[in-house]
Amino acid sequence: MLEGLTWLSCYMTTGKHLTAYWSFVTVLVLLAITAPTALVFGFGGAVAARSRIAPLRWFGKGYIAVVRGVPDIAFFLFFVIALDQAFEWMRHKALCPDWTDPIRQGNDFVVCQAAKLPLSSSPQWVHEVYGFALAVLTFAIVFGAFAANVLFGAMRAVPKGQIETAEAYGMTPRQTFWRVLVPQMWVYALPGLSNLWMVLIKATPLLFLLGVEDIVYWARELGGIKTSRFTDYPHGDWRLWYFLALLVFYLAFTKLSEVVLARWTKKLSHGQATLGEMA
Amino acid sequence: MSCLQTLSDYGLRAIGYGERILPREDITLCEQFVLIGSGMIWNVYFGTLALLSGFVLANAVAVAKASPNPLLRKPAEWFILIFRGSPLFIQFFLAYFIFLRLKNGIPGTDFLTSAAAGALVVLFLNTAAYSAEIFYGALRSVPKGEVEAADAYGLSGWARFRRILWPTQMRLAWPAYTNEAIFLFHATTLVFFTGFPALRQQGDALYYASYFADKTFNPFVPYPILAMYFIILTLVILGIFGLVNRRLNRHMPHTVQAGMRAPRAIFR
Repeated sequence: MLEGLTWLSCYMTTGKHLTAYWSFVTVLVLLAITAPTALVFGFGGAVAARSRIAPLRWFGKGYIAVVRGVPDIAFFLFFVIALDQAFEWMRHKALCPDWTDPIRQGNDFVVCQAAKLPLSSSPQWVHEVYGFALAVLTFAIVFGAFAANVLFGAMRAVPKGQIETAEAYGMTPRQTFWRVLVPQMWVYALPGLSNLWMVLIKATPLLFLLGVEDIVYWARELGGIKTSRFTDYPHGDWRLWYFLALLVFYLAFTKLSEVVLARWTKKLSHGQATLGEMA
Repeated sequence: MSCLQTLSDYGLRAIGYGERILPREDITLCEQFVLIGSGMIWNVYFGTLALLSGFVLANAVAVAKASPNPLLRKPAEWFILIFRGSPLFIQFFLAYFIFLRLKNGIPGTDFLTSAAAGALVVLFLNTAAYSAEIFYGALRSVPKGEVEAADAYGLSGWARFRRILWPTQMRLAWPAYTNEAIFLFHATTLVFFTGFPALRQQGDALYYASYFADKTFNPFVPYPILAMYFIILTLVILGIFGLVNRRLNRHMPHTVQAGMRAPRAIFR
């Protein structure tokens, strides 16, 4: 029998635990991919919301407004199925043109074998990567709307005089946008984007709801009661301690982000007459 | 079956009245509307009670955080840090497991493992922390002149807080607090997706929406219905908070009063 610290060090390095530690990497990878993607979506949304073409403007404003009015969890649950079905439907149209049966049959969604995503013959890792990719796209769509709202506000915050000066110099609208508006808007967008980053970090445990084996999944899995029949390390219900560990992880992560973002804000607003400079 | 019949069968299903068995086959549009609407009872219940109780605690915590006494300030700072720095989703799980332990340890605490009480406690503490930070920020930006004027009038302590600081603090905090209220109502949809059980399939709106999405394998109907309900709820909250805002600003010139547009920053 092992005792005390030796027991703990053996317990914390079982095969399952080592797999579970990788799920922290999953969270970080999700953040690393989602943040830039959401920013791109947000930029597109903000540009659309400012567009002179009415339908595009409605789309942009609608995108921002709907996400504001509806809980984000509802979007997560919706998009994960909706995107999957949309992809399969498109593949179905492309790959099986002579299929005549309706796709929705009662309570079923039926596409031809070749259109299934991922293909039923593909290995396990493809299924996992596909699930993860759907999750990333879902996060990007939802957080893209938040980012669009921030960037839309930031574009409006750039002083009018700057735009008028650019126009007076004979710049075309395109040049004004890319050479004057976009470089200047970031400093106004930074407080909102910082906030968004914090919200994004705190939204990562929702991966669990999207069927990804993330840290919440492992905390429930590893913390549950283990009897000596199935493991060398039997223990009672330890989920409380596992979730406490997750809480501490997130607290440390958000605190670290806060410190780094505060430093960036100070650096970026150097020489700008904004509140960030005075703080 | 007519839609009126469905309404009487499932209208109060979320709180345990009416038909026991949820619709399984040939699910109609009406059934989806009625059941998801029925689930909204829980969202309104959680949101309203957590908001009202959280408001009281948030004011206390905000004042404590602004206090020069470290015995008051430090706990308030930690409280805000813990609840704002970690995901609500994790807080729900953690609280549920704590409540499970309490149930086994202390008799009479088993009601906390139910969603109606346990999840409400978590939402209450969570919104109190977020609101406290908003109120604290507002308290710090009360114009100096107002405080000096209060001093000059000989007001101090409770009277100064009650008559000078607090009204201005509320007025400044209100747009941000409106956002917090909207987010709180949205956050109530998390409850039944964490440890808290939906006894006898009595869940909130999102619980039923995802039930229908699973059963019909068609997310394009239940989720837009849910979205509609929540947009209505959001508009109602904006309306009520707008009225309060008008009252808070009634002494201000009209140009300022018109300043309460839909708030720009939308996050907590």
